[in-house]
Amino acid sequence: MSVSTDTVRRTPGGVGDSPVRPDGTFKVSGQFAYSSDLYMDGMLWGTTLRSPHPRARIRSIDVGAALKLPGVSAVLTHEDVPGEKVYGLEIADQPVLAFGEVRYQGEPVAIVAADHPETARRAATLIVVDYDVVDPVCDPREAVGHPFWKQVHDEPGERTAMSRDKAPVHPEGNIVRHQRVRFGDPDAATADVVVHGDYEVGMQDQAFLGPESGLAVPGEDGGVDLYVATQWLHVDRRQMAGALRLPEEKIRLTLAGVGGAFGAREDLSMQVHACMLALRTGRPVKMVYSREESFFGHVHRHPALMRYEHGADREGRLVYVRAHVLLDGGAYTSSTPAVVGNASTLGVGPYVIPHVAMDAWGVYTNNPPCGAMRGFGAVQAAFAYESQMDKLAAAVGVSPVEIRIRNAMSEGSILPTGQVIDSPAPVADLMLRLEAMPLPAPAAADIRLLPGGVSNTTHGEGVRRGVGYAIGIKNVGFSEGFDDFSTALVRLELVGDEPSVLVHTAAVEVGQGLVTVQAQIARSELGVERVTIAAADTQVGSGGSTSASRQTYVTGGAVRAACEGVRSLLIERAVQRYGEGEYRLVDGQVESLRDGVVGDIASLLLDGAVERTAEWRHRPTHPVDEHTGRGDAHVQWAFCAHRAVVDVDVELGLIRVVELAAVQDVGKAMNPDAVLGQIHGGSAQGLGLAVMEEVQLLDGKLRNPSFTDYLIPTIMDMPPMRVEVLELADPHAPYGLRGVGEPPTISSTPAIVAAVRAASGVDLKRVPIRPEHLVAQGSRH
Amino acid sequence: MEFFRPTSLSDACRLKSEHPDAVPLCGGTDVMVDINFDRHRPESLLDLTAVPELFGWSRYDGHLRIGAAMPYTAIIAELSAEAPGLAIASRTVGSPQIRNRASVGGNLGSASPAGDALPPLLAVDAEVEAISAAGTRRIPIHEFFLGPKRNALRPDELITAVHLPVARGPQQFAKVGTRNAMVIAVCSFSLALHPDAGRVGTGIGSAAPTPLPARKAETFLAGELTDRWAEPTDLSEDVVRRFGELVAAAAVPIDDVRGTAAYRRHALSVLARRTLTWTWADHIQRMGQR
Repeated sequence: MSVSTDTVRRTPGGVGDSPVRPDGTFKVSGQFAYSSDLYMDGMLWGTTLRSPHPRARIRSIDVGAALKLPGVSAVLTHEDVPGEKVYGLEIADQPVLAFGEVRYQGEPVAIVAADHPETARRAATLIVVDYDVVDPVCDPREAVGHPFWKQVHDEPGERTAMSRDKAPVHPEGNIVRHQRVRFGDPDAATADVVVHGDYEVGMQDQAFLGPESGLAVPGEDGGVDLYVATQWLHVDRRQMAGALRLPEEKIRLTLAGVGGAFGAREDLSMQVHACMLALRTGRPVKMVYSREESFFGHVHRHPALMRYEHGADREGRLVYVRAHVLLDGGAYTSSTPAVVGNASTLGVGPYVIPHVAMDAWGVYTNNPPCGAMRGFGAVQAAFAYESQMDKLAAAVGVSPVEIRIRNAMSEGSILPTGQVIDSPAPVADLMLRLEAMPLPAPAAADIRLLPGGVSNTTHGEGVRRGVGYAIGIKNVGFSEGFDDFSTALVRLELVGDEPSVLVHTAAVEVGQGLVTVQAQIARSELGVERVTIAAADTQVGSGGSTSASRQTYVTGGAVRAACEGVRSLLIERAVQRYGEGEYRLVDGQVESLRDGVVGDIASLLLDGAVERTAEWRHRPTHPVDEHTGRGDAHVQWAFCAHRAVVDVDVELGLIRVVELAAVQDVGKAMNPDAVLGQIHGGSAQGLGLAVMEEVQLLDGKLRNPSFTDYLIPTIMDMPPMRVEVLELADPHAPYGLRGVGEPPTISSTPAIVAAVRAASGVDLKRVPIRPEHLVAQGSRH
Repeated sequence: MEFFRPTSLSDACRLKSEHPDAVPLCGGTDVMVDINFDRHRPESLLDLTAVPELFGWSRYDGHLRIGAAMPYTAIIAELSAEAPGLAIASRTVGSPQIRNRASVGGNLGSASPAGDALPPLLAVDAEVEAISAAGTRRIPIHEFFLGPKRNALRPDELITAVHLPVARGPQQFAKVGTRNAMVIAVCSFSLALHPDAGRVGTGIGSAAPTPLPARKAETFLAGELTDRWAEPTDLSEDVVRRFGELVAAAAVPIDDVRGTAAYRRHALSVLARRTLTWTWADHIQRMGQR
């Protein structure tokens, strides 16, 4: 840091500071109002009847007995959907309520409103659905192998306004999208050293706090108000308008308290159902999913089957990669096309590779629908390509760090899509910094810190230490030509004689920290400390999705643009009052660059408030060619690398992650504490995928839809972290920032698996690792 | 749903005889989950949290009487020396919040094969004290578990306490779970050495329809130890391995969402070897200090 900047006055709580979250204390002390806490006098409770079968034809639905139950106000089926019977993010193919056929276990079939949630649930059990059960398609290899044989859908779904216009998506048969990437001459390429691998990623759940819930209130204008925990208010509204047959302006959404999202709230859940019930009954209707229902009520991370072949010279420099990635999209499209886009375009990792042949497929099956989850296609591929890099390192006899450095991409490198990386890409630097970090102390004496933890399974017997490294690459923002923008309204006015900023966007806070970042930007740009963030709703233009690590970038960009507009107007007033000159606004004062402080911001606001609304876009991206993957698909790339240190009880197959170290380039740490929080949390979610988190399926049915058996890491599983944050500015981004949320989820999983391989000597091909994968059964009896 | 909240054991007993279908409720860690998941809709609940006789513990004639509602947190704090196997198992129950509420009475009432407290009770030949309007009886723990989530209690009976000998030798408990805390057992094992009686006791959890002892393993090990209690020496690897094999052979595991039958057998053999090694080393040390 140079000395001179210390003398420049700054507005407290601005960009680069770490103001605390306004909701933090409430959440920790149990006082935060989540969407499930919404209440209104006279409200009814809604519930959902779901299909018990992964696949069945519906012969009939009889709601008579349910309707007769005292206290029941409405029982609705697909026949009661006022408008479009199907919805979807990119392809409208998911029924609001099932008609004709159910395609996954848990698909909504009917909805009930009653005066008590228990009455509603009882009524749902009285609905008689006559199913003709059909064998489900559960294996994605079967689905893709015979695309027109066992079809999950008879008819292709329709493109929506959300579809990436020119992206190569035309679902037919069971294939949602097949994306090829061809770079160099992969068919002809040969290499001295070749390593092969088959890899598998299980189905991960987002497991957010605060299951799906909301309150729909019928409006006097025939419209409806919905208070809901979601990720993108405007796209919810667009889909709801089609299903409810209402003009968008008659559907008003307000964000209710969100626990977390991680992608699972990007698709609709109870939004249309609650509104249908409210509009039918004329009364407010609240719906709250239980945790068990939540497992059926949202999309999961795509399971993946992957086959990779890496060829390199004797020094380990990559010559070619050939890869197949098969993603199980489940019963409906959701965001499968975009997940395939990421898996294919980023599927060989942050490396320079002369020849690439990548094929990625997303397919329909009768498994639960899969869609957005933190890391979005990049997670699955990274497990495979990083496992391959370790194999290659072993084959040529260099360290895992060295093999990555020898092949690292850097600014100016070309992706297999032909796109040039035109901002810092410090891949080699991240690896070197990780390697330089001190290693933790040897295995602990406290048995709670050994594998098995409090379960007292070892006092040191069978425990081996292992270290592993991994790095990942993730696109930030929506790719492949999507018109990705945010809107912000910024108003500066006197409130009680004090200048005060109001920032209003529809961008959703899901716990990631946008709520502090918006205020920080306003403080830095306008020199005013007092900032109010208005509740996110649809009374202002779209804020885009809270996903793809994009909100600080895109909504942050919109807030800054609106602030710049407000500042120009205010400086015009300063010029009128103080004469020509250059002025800046800082810490409540108007500063002339020549004369120093000339007055305060408050006095400039005596003439009235200043307001600007800005719609802001990142630079455009482009679709990729269906057959070659050619195209400048991405706006920005983010990199994080992990080193994992694990202790493995090799006799029992139990794992304790001893330490996770991470280095991430964030361009600019807008809120350094929040950045660390994202890296800690993302790393923990990757740890979960590595060693425990899996939605287990048997013949299309969920076996563990509860936190009893869907395990997520506890404080005894998540180790302390060493984190180093780099700030290499991206010249294309506001403040030089990079999206932060997803990259740490990508690299922590393969780093942990590499460490477990190193400790155990077992060639692990699948995550999550289960004890039986590590133990050669029968051999040690 | 009717809700009863007796304030004395006699009232509780009377209510249970008048309403034999009433489900006893104390910590609620199993009962409330069943109700919330709609697996069970009891006609009535019998809240035992205001019955003082069910809490606390006492000591008599070398035995402990542990109240059915004594929470695991209190067992860990107060009985780690007297009932070490049960105390170690108590540390592995749920989360701190659950340990503050949950009790041995609940584990016995639920009779789940995965109840963490149950294998250590088998290993020390505990007895379950039950009360009804007809009086009090004691049910040997080895006759208590009839099947998955089925026990020997009559409909009009309430569990009031569990009786077990004060430990006179080392005891251990170990549990395999796929998370390092707050996890249901994939399998578990408890071992108690009874030097005074020249016997060993075992208990296997989560690897059969009920918690069960490994009788052949007990007999084998007691035989091997017959002349060695007073002047103990290191056990041969063969003895340790054979003990593990016999424990694994006693299990009747299945494949389920938490693990495979083959893994459970394997893990039990490892836990048996390790707990034997720990308890015997402990015994050697105790004899050395004598």
